[in-house]
Amino acid sequence: MTAPLLSVRDLRTHFMTRAGVAKAVDGVSFDLAAGEILGLVGESGSGKSVTGFSLLGLVDPPGRIVGGSIRFQGRELVGMPPAALRALRGRHLAMVFQDPQATLNPVLTIGAQMALAVQAHERASDRAALDRAAAVLARVGIPEAARRLSAYPHEFSGGMRQRVAIATALLHGPALIVADEPTTALDVSIQAQILAKMKALAAESGTALIWISHDLATVSSLADRVLVMYAGRIVESGPVGAVLRAPLHPYTRGLLDSLPAMATPGEKLRQIPGAAPSLLALPAGCAFAPRCPRADAACAAPPPEVAQGSRRAACHHPLEAAA
Amino acid sequence: MRILRLALRRLAASLPTLLLILMGMFLLLQLAPGDTVDALMAQMGGGDAALAEELRRFYGLDVGIAAQLWRYLTRLVTLDLGFSAIYGKPVATVILERLPPTILLMVSALSFAFFFGLVLGVLAARRVNRWPDTLISTLGLVFYATPSFWFGLMAIVLFSVYLQWLPAGGFYDITMGYTGIAAMLDIARHLVLPTLTLGLIFLAIYLRIMRASMLEVLSLDFVRTARAKGLTETRVVARHVLRNAMLPMVTLIGLQAGTMLGGSVVVESVFALPGLGRLAYESVVQRDLNTLLGIVFVSALLVIAINFVVDILYARLDPRISAES
Ligand SMILES: Nc1ncnc2c1ncn2[C@@H]1O[C@H](COP(=O)(O)OP(=O)(O)OP(=O)(O)O)[C@@H](O)[C@H]1O
Ligand code: SF4
Ligand SMILES: [Mg+2]
Repeated sequence: MTAPLLSVRDLRTHFMTRAGVAKAVDGVSFDLAAGEILGLVGESGSGKSVTGFSLLGLVDPPGRIVGGSIRFQGRELVGMPPAALRALRGRHLAMVFQDPQATLNPVLTIGAQMALAVQAHERASDRAALDRAAAVLARVGIPEAARRLSAYPHEFSGGMRQRVAIATALLHGPALIVADEPTTALDVSIQAQILAKMKALAAESGTALIWISHDLATVSSLADRVLVMYAGRIVESGPVGAVLRAPLHPYTRGLLDSLPAMATPGEKLRQIPGAAPSLLALPAGCAFAPRCPRADAACAAPPPEVAQGSRRAACHHPLEAAA
Repeated sequence: MRILRLALRRLAASLPTLLLILMGMFLLLQLAPGDTVDALMAQMGGGDAALAEELRRFYGLDVGIAAQLWRYLTRLVTLDLGFSAIYGKPVATVILERLPPTILLMVSALSFAFFFGLVLGVLAARRVNRWPDTLISTLGLVFYATPSFWFGLMAIVLFSVYLQWLPAGGFYDITMGYTGIAAMLDIARHLVLPTLTLGLIFLAIYLRIMRASMLEVLSLDFVRTARAKGLTETRVVARHVLRNAMLPMVTLIGLQAGTMLGGSVVVESVFALPGLGRLAYESVVQRDLNTLLGIVFVSALLVIAINFVVDILYARLDPRISAES
């Protein structure tokens, strides 16, 4: 077996806020093979974005990676000198961010922003950098790409802007792209287009993808494997098909039941009752216990890890997996 | 040429304001006791009523206020600012002679305040809440709180009287009879202290605005994007943050052009600079209504011109502006 492309062990990223320490990511572990597409799902505030930021070393103060290990291409990223990490970012490890309105600089042309990304890692003339940018823009499906280089972000639609962000991530042919809900703000048909494009591009270039989303349906159409995150921890992981068919963790079950596509017609959508717990004061036992239909006294203790083949769940009373 | 059109529209919108200022000023000056002729006669050591009446007719002061105002405004259309009884020359000539020191002072004080405000604001924001930030912010507060005339006087005491590095006043040294480069250097030497005195308070304002706006822009999402692309911190700041962060400062230049002109009255008095500000002060004392109105007119034009340039600059820096028009 070759070593995985990315290996995260017990990653902990905390925010030292005035109100206390918010444990946004608290003991996350997973592996990712080269070219694999991994879905990362969970409710708002479960720590998906912070996990992504941690991988690139882009956690803003007052946040900090307080422990754990991130091995990428055989190198340890936690504690790596900033200059070495910078040389990696954008070249081998790229990220596409959540909000297409805010991720492009409003006062620079698309071309200028992409050329800066090219020149961050290569000695290229402006002309050569712009040519590269145009070529990649064309690949993500922007018509008349060369002419569009001189446009400003406000002259683009949300979908176009997100394509620009994806193109920028693809510029150096990275081994891994972290895509943080890149389609959530877009309407459904554009979402589907971008999803398909992204999948094709990743397959074509052998790029591994971590696809962050709060929407299990999106992830199911894209990913090979899925991680379900709750209150800063991974509560379930496994191949997408198996997890969606028969989840082991009651939280995953809850997420599935709240999907419109899963509801029986005429019946109300079943939302998970209650709200996500405060990250400032997480219980010692299972963080999902106050909202869990299967909870009992045992759940006040930290849940054990249940393994079923390549599947994992952290629960005292996991659901039965279908045979 | 959207940008130019935008600026021209703003320019046209400022014309009614200009008219209102002139009319208001004209009426306000009528409230002051005594007129030019009174001041003139006092200068001559007195005279009889017949002479006064003769003079009033000569200077057009014998008709009603409304008629005087109308006459003034109609002549203004042809850029005729009238005649100064005190200086014995056309007002336009008097003002043109006094304009260069004021414009030089404003340009140099503005450049000084803008440049150093920018640099210090960036430095403070990059070291926020650590000692360089604390030092810069405290200095800014001190500059802001110190009255400029006091600062000017202290600077004269230290640099001119005690250290004898720089001249204490005046625009150039008449006794040396410099020409060419030497004359320019001489003027520059004379402008160092006035520039510092006028510029420091604006420096303090700019640095605080720049610091705040840097911090705001640094927290925006596109900065994280820029870092994710692997740009160095220097490039992130220079290419992505600076231009956005400068926008509030550019706006401020336009808003404060008038304040700065006002400040130059004080500074010109302290440093005996023969500029517009000093001229304004002198013509108030001498009831030289025509000159005073002319100065108001030219000052307003100056402020409008600065705002015109600022509008163009702003639209160039922020592409979203020109798109909206
Ligand atoms: N700058 C910050 N200061 C303090 N706490 C923060 C900060 N950024 C994130 N957090 C904490 O981290 C938690 C997880 O945030 P994160 O953005 O990772 O959620 P998410 O799963 O991406 O949610 P969403 O679906 O809304 O994007 C937040 O609930 C918050 O408590
Ligand atoms: S450990 Fe208990 S509370 Fe937590 S998910 Fe499992 S059954 Fe529910
Ligand atoms: Mg998020």
